[in-house]
Amino acid sequence: MTAVPFEQVVAAHGATVWRVCRAVVGPVDADDAWSETFLSALQAYPALRPGSDVRAWLVTIAHRKAIDRHRVAARQPVPLEQLPEPAPVDAGPAGDPALWEAVRSLPDKQRSAVAYRYVADLPYAEIGRILGTSEAAARRSAADGVRNLRARHPQETRP
Amino acid sequence: MTRHDPLAALADDPAVDLAPLRARLATDADAAGLLDVAYRTLDTPVGALLLAATEHGLVRVAYAVEDHDVVLGTLAEQVSPRVLHAPARLDAVAREVDEYFAGRRSSFDVALDLRLASGFRRRVLDHLADIAYGSTASYAAVASLAGSPAAVRAVGTACARNPLPVVLPCHRVVRADGSLGQYVGGADAKQALLVLEGAA
Repeated sequence: MTAVPFEQVVAAHGATVWRVCRAVVGPVDADDAWSETFLSALQAYPALRPGSDVRAWLVTIAHRKAIDRHRVAARQPVPLEQLPEPAPVDAGPAGDPALWEAVRSLPDKQRSAVAYRYVADLPYAEIGRILGTSEAAARRSAADGVRNLRARHPQETRP
Repeated sequence: MTRHDPLAALADDPAVDLAPLRARLATDADAAGLLDVAYRTLDTPVGALLLAATEHGLVRVAYAVEDHDVVLGTLAEQVSPRVLHAPARLDAVAREVDEYFAGRRSSFDVALDLRLASGFRRRVLDHLADIAYGSTASYAAVASLAGSPAAVRAVGTACARNPLPVVLPCHRVVRADGSLGQYVGGADAKQALLVLEGAA
């Protein structure tokens, strides 16, 4: 098997992993989470077994990095008023601050399950492995997450 | 303001510009000692050249006809799969190659990593720099320089597989009858380099 230069891995999966990071850690920290994920992946890359699902492998690393971030954030509690402002609203649907507030308000497992299913397009068995739960539990977390997200951020049109 | 379905908004996006993040990754990787192979391409009069360097030095120069994607795959296999587009490490090489094609440089002064050539091929490469800018040598003469006068065909093979064309001047090795012979970058490129050097 011919080895794949890491640059091709970044080109093929960089955008998806960035969207996963944005969904899991929020738009403000997405760039840092992406950078940590790919630097860590680069280090481990020579040991990746041929034939591995590279996208699932990257999401697994991103998941561990997000957990590390949450641990650090938990050790250094920040008063709510001092949280950095979300990125300025732009034209795209993803620039909607209310959406990110709704995503952020989900329990960690639901937010991760939604991101890995609907952004990374991973199968539930893989999501369960990443989250350390069963396939069925991963499916439930994603379903609960979607229901909560739609309740907290209803699809509608307003002036 | 229109509210979109939240799932669509998470997955879908106006194009994400990853260029700054990819540049940051290359910088971080180099600082962390993880940038095993850095590469860039450079436009020259003989087409786009791929330049690749390990932390020890320039390891590969490749013509477009060699197919840069194939060359990068080979580097991933033979050197390390930690291959990133990281132009900064190639700054000095790119500048010297530019100067060479502008006729302002007759030899290269950059660190080389010759790990892709060994044995007799390596000995041939070691003697290519003995052929001065603007001159040529026959395959037989290079075979003698490399210590194996009978290995004329092997010199041809060594030149054809030179990992550092242009920088290690296999284009200056020509047939005994004066015709140019084969070249890794194609006969036109060989001709162009020798014309540039005033040797043809």
